[in-house]
Amino acid sequence: MKKTLAVAALMSVAFAGAAEARDQIRIVGSSTVFPFATAVAEEFGKTTSFKTPVIESTGSGGGLKLFCAGVGEQHPDITNASRRIKKSEVETCAKNGISEVTEVKVGYDGIVLSNSNAAPQLDLTKEQIFLALAKTVPSKDGQSLIDNPYSTWAEIDPSLPDVKIEVLGPPPTSGTRDAFTELVLEEACDEFPAIAALKDTNKDQHKAVCAGVREDGAYVEAGENDNLIVQKLEANHDALGIFGFSFLDQNGDKLQGSLIGGVAPTFEAISAGDYPVSRSLFFYVKNAHVGTIPGIKEYLAEFTADKAWGEEGYLADRGLIPMDAAEREAVRNAAMNLSPLSM
Amino acid sequence: MTDMASLMEDRAAAKVISDNLRKPVDWDSPKITRNIKKRYAAERRFKSYGLVAICLALLALCTLALSIGSKGYSAFYQTYVQLEVTFDPAVIDPERTGDPDVIGRANFDGLIKQALRDRFPDVTSRSDKRDLYGIVSGGASYDLRERVLENPSLIGQTRTIWLISGDDFDMLNKGYIDPTVDEGDRRLNDKEVAWYNELVAAGAVEKQFHTRFFTSGDSREPELAGIWGAAVGSFYTLLVTLALSFPIGVLAAVYLEEFAPKNRFTQIVEVNINNLAAVPSIVFGLLGLEVYLNVMHLPRSAPVVGGLTLALMTLPTIIIASRAAIKAVPPSIRQAALGLGASPVQTVTHHVLPLAMPGILTGTIIGMAQALGETAPLLMIGMVAFIVDIPGGALDPATVLPVQIYLWADSPERAFVEKTSAAIMVLLAFLVLMNGLAVYLRKKFERKW
Repeated sequence: MKKTLAVAALMSVAFAGAAEARDQIRIVGSSTVFPFATAVAEEFGKTTSFKTPVIESTGSGGGLKLFCAGVGEQHPDITNASRRIKKSEVETCAKNGISEVTEVKVGYDGIVLSNSNAAPQLDLTKEQIFLALAKTVPSKDGQSLIDNPYSTWAEIDPSLPDVKIEVLGPPPTSGTRDAFTELVLEEACDEFPAIAALKDTNKDQHKAVCAGVREDGAYVEAGENDNLIVQKLEANHDALGIFGFSFLDQNGDKLQGSLIGGVAPTFEAISAGDYPVSRSLFFYVKNAHVGTIPGIKEYLAEFTADKAWGEEGYLADRGLIPMDAAEREAVRNAAMNLSPLSM
Repeated sequence: MTDMASLMEDRAAAKVISDNLRKPVDWDSPKITRNIKKRYAAERRFKSYGLVAICLALLALCTLALSIGSKGYSAFYQTYVQLEVTFDPAVIDPERTGDPDVIGRANFDGLIKQALRDRFPDVTSRSDKRDLYGIVSGGASYDLRERVLENPSLIGQTRTIWLISGDDFDMLNKGYIDPTVDEGDRRLNDKEVAWYNELVAAGAVEKQFHTRFFTSGDSREPELAGIWGAAVGSFYTLLVTLALSFPIGVLAAVYLEEFAPKNRFTQIVEVNINNLAAVPSIVFGLLGLEVYLNVMHLPRSAPVVGGLTLALMTLPTIIIASRAAIKAVPPSIRQAALGLGASPVQTVTHHVLPLAMPGILTGTIIGMAQALGETAPLLMIGMVAFIVDIPGGALDPATVLPVQIYLWADSPERAFVEKTSAAIMVLLAFLVLMNGLAVYLRKKFERKW
């Protein structure tokens, strides 16, 4: 009898605070936006009377899938994305009754190729990076496509150091990898006539050649954990790593970013759009939930305040590259009016 | 091969012995001496293999413990900075209402900034001031507010107070930031290092035990982040898991061992239970997502869903361990009980189960320990999330200890590296505790026949 009572008491403790209407914002989406969104959420929870939003890191694609599943409190209110929403995703949303979505551009993020600062700083072009990392590259005479034969940087260009090509980077599931492929490899590959010619003759092969990363050990998939890559770069001075700018920003005493196209990955260069490997970050708001779930408008106000996303805001301290004042103003107005996205 | 050869030699020797039964065996003959030597050597070799295996395992364990311990111990201490704070009534409570609401809304952050400006009066430019404010954590104003709310008589006074420092200063004080490298390459500029040195020289920098690490929820500020939220989440999740999997697991095991007829159906059930124990945990996560979230519409990220999912995962473990424990109870006990007139149910509940309990409990606790360390299935049901508020029940959004470790390990701020290791230490401590409990229970209730 005593035992039954104890179990009952435990169960009632566990189920206290029973289900009621959700009074907490739920956010899903990109792991790149996650550190920024969580910082805003925490500040929002501390400075307002609303509960701190719950933020899940599901990846951009996973977040939009959850977001577009429907309207109602079991579905998230906001999703973060490290790329723009796709047309197909807008259609899925519309099919599930989500007709109005507000897009908020947050700022920029640079992707850096970096090594230990005990080693010489590299100055690379996108083509050189392609030759170092692609699975299939044009042969020296430019006539045919061959499996990547390069094993040292000097083989690609004599001006580069004579060290083994060893690049640590994210796996294909990561948004950073997607962006890196899109901004570096796919852009560089058409610079080679042998690959560009494929575009007209064999589209599938062209795509595979442009996005294919070598699998012979020169490119090491280091998992989603960027801190791990940082640690490995410290130990191995010959290796390079691919990760988001905020990790370089935090570890400037150990690492240096390689120049790409002659531009170093600095806060100023990314913000001015000079650094070639940068992308925009977004989040999307379900307009139908504004008013039903308390605090969404106030969260938008917190995110788009200058003290958060401005040049000297706390998001810039965490490595977000802000937009210029005029663009911020425009995005803020659109966000506060909940102007729906149209594609 | 040598063993085989020596065996043959032994056989041959035995034949010789039986052939010459009348002759006494010459134990000192060179052949037998050699043979015995060989056997002893083989024995010693075998023992040394085992010893090497154990040493390797110990070495791996020590390396793990050392690397985690050396990185993580510093997270239990936090740098504090001593400042002279003036509790200006014009800022805190201009109309002298004494109303806690008014005091609670006051700009305590401003008080700290004022105190910093007073401490370093020659800092004037705007950007320098911004750097200066980084000495003290953004969370210090909440501490100050608590202090004033607790003791309103502070208003109007000037006190020297230890305030929690920002994460970069904490890292500098703990030696994780090297102030000798180039200014552009480190998080703190020369001015900030100079302020730090000035404060150290004045004895105004101190490391204190970091109680907040054990009492607060997650935060994006490393110095404010704690693991209590995750620990409470783990507690509710395991509570639900235990409440479900223990009774169901034990009942299933009792039925299968004591009552089930041996036929095709029970055979299929048995095979399936054994197979389920080997299913990767992420599969249970997908099942949980489909059944509990999409069909039953339970809340996302809630420990109740996590508990239900992990219960599915631990059930096979508990059933297998319980069946083994029940099987180990000697049949003579059952026969004696039945012979004295006990019904089969009485036999099970009065005799078999109490005797099998140590084994069942050990299996259950090991299953629970497994569930405590699990993250993969929780990913699918939304428990891998940034949650600041400490959960008040099994239906509130929550995260668990291993997920907290994963989230911190992935944060860019350097101060999270030590937090990650410290959280691993806490998780390991819980696991050791649970396994210790299993050993204790087994020793306490163990019966020998």
